[in-house]
Amino acid sequence: MEDAIGELIERLFKGDRRALARAISIVEDGAPGSSRIMSSIYGKCGGAHIIGFTGPPGAGKSTIVDRVARHLRKMDKTIGIVAVDPTSPFSGGAILGDRIRMHEIAMDPAIFIRSMGTRGHLGGLARATGDVIRLMDAFGKDYVLVETVGAGQSEVDIVESAHTTVIVEMPGLGDDIQAIKAGILEIGDLFVVNKADREGIDKTVAELGTMLDLREWKDKEWKPPIIPAVAKEDKGVAEAVEVIRQHMEYLTQSGKLDVIVTKRLVEDYHELTRDLLWEQVLKGSKATEVKRLEDEVRSKKKDPYSAAEELVKSFDQ
Amino acid sequence: MPMDKRYRILVAKPGLDGHDRGAKVVARALRDAGFEVIYSGLHQTAEQIVEAAIQEDVDHIGLSILSGAHMTLVPKVLELLEQNQASDIKVTVGGIIPEEDGEELKKAGVVGVFGPGTPTDDLVDFLKSSLGVEE
Ligand SMILES: Nc1nc2c(ncn2[C@@H]2O[C@H](COP(=O)(O)OP(=O)(O)O)[C@@H](O)[C@H]2O)c(=O)[nH]1
Ligand SMILES: [Mg+2]
Repeated sequence: MEDAIGELIERLFKGDRRALARAISIVEDGAPGSSRIMSSIYGKCGGAHIIGFTGPPGAGKSTIVDRVARHLRKMDKTIGIVAVDPTSPFSGGAILGDRIRMHEIAMDPAIFIRSMGTRGHLGGLARATGDVIRLMDAFGKDYVLVETVGAGQSEVDIVESAHTTVIVEMPGLGDDIQAIKAGILEIGDLFVVNKADREGIDKTVAELGTMLDLREWKDKEWKPPIIPAVAKEDKGVAEAVEVIRQHMEYLTQSGKLDVIVTKRLVEDYHELTRDLLWEQVLKGSKATEVKRLEDEVRSKKKDPYSAAEELVKSFDQ
Repeated sequence: MPMDKRYRILVAKPGLDGHDRGAKVVARALRDAGFEVIYSGLHQTAEQIVEAAIQEDVDHIGLSILSGAHMTLVPKVLELLEQNQASDIKVTVGGIIPEEDGEELKKAGVVGVFGPGTPTDDLVDFLKSSLGVEE
């Protein structure tokens, strides 16, 4: 019997990049075979250092990812890049343009770049981004660099997927440094203030520093460094790469890495169980009950809480 | 998991000319029609285009060529696709293409050739039917 998915998984493990590309599409589309692909590759995950890059649109995330990748290549590391851009809520389509900044590295056989649309998911990543990262990890990449949607303040999803989160800022976003504060300060392991060739760089760096100092830092706790950079000219990038390396060392030595990894495994297990249980429910004997209650919610006869409770109770009968 | 297929199209601008206004208009029209457009920018070599098409696992490649170099660039793209067992990815060319060149390119495997004034709706319709997009 022909087993296209099995064959695909085999090719993936042999390092065939077309198989990786196709597997990503299947998982992204939630097409038949996606669960099987993910469960076969899970055991091979864990080797990659996953680095997230987030920050406002135009700050230079793609440029920095490109430069960081080039530095890592000098250390002979292999790299996967996942670049997420927003999907239009009106058409469901998207323009994914991050490759524009990555021409130099695009032909390097040790680098694999994939663009993704958010497809309606909020939080700065697509629903399938976590799985795409895992696929690149299992494929054997030493580093996976993830560029999130630069929506401003809501892209906190990345901390759930990355080991190291880099916040990319730039001077002259009005006097709007307040905007950075919301959520972003807590998630950054490193702040790169890009476009240091522009006016206002000192002010932005200083304000960021002040805000970080408002918190109390414990002895031996990781305090995120602030690095001014001109990514376009490769200035500050080597320093950023060194900090990223040190951060991984910190995670390993402090035991935090183990905690993160274990926590994510358990979370994945919970999430997958939820998904599978729900699928079972939709296919099972209560399918009509699900539909009936959904109609009542739709027509506002029932609120979602009561409907959910009623559905769950119906399983006891 | 719910099925959520999007058709992906690489819009690329090979060659040396520096105008990508047309390519951007096409990219936006395709986005507005629900496609995921991977836009890779100016001055792309045939090798870069095919590599991007493979990594991004696109369903189609749209090449915008105004430089007159279509008779060398396009066959190169087709050849590289074949070398990579990726000839299932079809190619459309837009730009200033003389009619006889267009015919020759079609013989070589290009599925569509469009002049500069083509309404974007026509392009969208062509791609939808070429890819079998259901609405
Ligand atoms: N002046 C200046 N411009 C930069 C620098 N780094 C990137 N840019 C430019 O900023 C623009 C946005 O960069 P991009 O990497 O696409 O930003 P992203 O939207 O955050 O991914 C591009 O035109 C880059 O060339 C820099 O260090 N200085
Ligand atoms: Mg970008």
